[in-house]
Amino acid sequence: MSTIKLTKAQRKNRIKLNLWCWSFVSMTLIFYILFQGYPIIRSIYYSLFNWSGMTSNMTYVGLDNYKTLLADNLFWGAFKNSFRYMVMVVPLEVVISLFFAYLLNDEKLRGRTAYRIMLFMPVVVTASIVGIVMVFIWSSTGIVNNTLVGLGAIPKAINWLGNKKYAMQTVVIVSVWKDMGTYMIYWLAALQGVPADVIEAANVDGATRVQTFFRVVVPIILPTAGIIVILCTINSLKAFDLIQTLTGGGPFYATDVIATFVYRTAFTSEMGLPRFGYASAAATLFGFVVIIIGAVLNTVKGKLQQQ
Amino acid sequence: MTVAKNIGKKKHFAFKPFMLLAHAILLICSLIWIYPIVWTIISSFKPQANFFKEQLNLLPSMMTLDNYIRVWSKANFTIYFTNSVIVTICTVALVLIMTNMAGYVLGRYKFFGRGFLMALFLSSICIPLVSTLIPVYQIVKSMGLMGTRLGLILSGAGGAHVIFLLLFSSYYSTVPNELEEAAKLDGCGFLGTYISVMVPLSSPITTTVVIMESLWTWNAFQLPLILTLNNPASRTLAVGLYAFKGENVVDWTGICAGGAIAMVPIIIVFIAFQKFFINGMAGAVKG
Repeated sequence: MSTIKLTKAQRKNRIKLNLWCWSFVSMTLIFYILFQGYPIIRSIYYSLFNWSGMTSNMTYVGLDNYKTLLADNLFWGAFKNSFRYMVMVVPLEVVISLFFAYLLNDEKLRGRTAYRIMLFMPVVVTASIVGIVMVFIWSSTGIVNNTLVGLGAIPKAINWLGNKKYAMQTVVIVSVWKDMGTYMIYWLAALQGVPADVIEAANVDGATRVQTFFRVVVPIILPTAGIIVILCTINSLKAFDLIQTLTGGGPFYATDVIATFVYRTAFTSEMGLPRFGYASAAATLFGFVVIIIGAVLNTVKGKLQQQ
Repeated sequence: MTVAKNIGKKKHFAFKPFMLLAHAILLICSLIWIYPIVWTIISSFKPQANFFKEQLNLLPSMMTLDNYIRVWSKANFTIYFTNSVIVTICTVALVLIMTNMAGYVLGRYKFFGRGFLMALFLSSICIPLVSTLIPVYQIVKSMGLMGTRLGLILSGAGGAHVIFLLLFSSYYSTVPNELEEAAKLDGCGFLGTYISVMVPLSSPITTTVVIMESLWTWNAFQLPLILTLNNPASRTLAVGLYAFKGENVVDWTGICAGGAIAMVPIIIVFIAFQKFFINGMAGAVKG
């Protein structure tokens, strides 16, 4: 009799605890569903309509928006640029940030906090403002051209952001500069996990710094490296702020990525009437590609870790 | 004895040139890294007329506050600044409360559906903002909050905030059970234990979350841009300067002053609290 009572009380406690727990997560859950979960599903729904977004006049068109997209050169241009940007940003970002992190990881290095603050500084300043200011710095009378001409590296000033040939590379350089600090901190966290005595042992065995790095340090930080590469890849595909303020996708769509394509199609009248339905189709298609890439990278990382 | 001496000597000689090289590289790169920021702040004090002549000078021949006076009084920057401050404070408070509570139960209790919720929240990392932008715009519009600060605050607090959830849950999972038992003996219920014992304990993580979320909200651009398209009065600094640039292409020193107004507060906050910020980011990748 008493045992049954106890389990009843236990069960009651259990239910009470579950209710408390769910009420504690409810706020996060509501904000997540309202502004991220539901919108991604809603976006699929919108993509099936011909709709300007300005009126409530929505016409169901099935997959027509997707068919139009697949034949739209501007969409494919933006799609390709998103990946071109990713392919350039990720290796540069990962390698440069690892380089700085490795230099800064030395506890005997004086002034490492000051270096770290300076190298991290661009991360904290507003991306949209950096983009606007960088237009000056990379302009034909700006410091970059002046320095390069002064050093004799280029014969005359180049309009870096206004030239179709250089615009994308310039955007990549600015964005690597801007976000490097983030990945540097991630690498520093990873390097902190390398035991000092292991490195000491390698030194005693006569290994050079380069040998120690590749043979001892790299294998230990590899698991975190996987996370860093995934984060960097996903973040590079999300890029908008810097590109919009640096070039707005120009010149002649040379730096147009999906984020700027969707913004222009849905919220400006540059291309005629705003097209919510069409832009939603582009956003949905791209969203799926990003999610698939994230999932694939995660699986690859899991497989590599098992080995 | 001699062997040990030799090793010590060899290390000593091998270290010095490396250190010197490391310092040279770090010093040059650090200066390049902060140059654009320093340049913006200095240019904001240059007289408008001297800008082109002295564009490259880091030490201007004349300093003036004209640019600040111009953007503050004429270009709505008073409003933008106020909006940025209000939106940031409210969003941070909202995000802090919800992630602290959610992180607490996710880290401490094995409740029904916990694994599912964790997976659901984690999956949000991959969702690009661009894919939810149009529906979020519609949701804010249907709430009647288009072009309002409340609209910016609610949508800005949206999402799962995975990093913060992980930080709080891993922190709370390490709090010893004895503290909780003691609070229970004192007659504290679930809520009482949380508020009187757990919340005060979480202050290191709270500081990290407040600083990180402040920077992110202050710097947010994509969402505030589309939510204030038709209402300049609710723009934040990040969006306001972009609009200002569109309308005043030639006022470069004014743009620099506007940029400095947006940059300097967060740089100060960052330098003052950089340890918390960096620990928070590092913790996110470890967790």
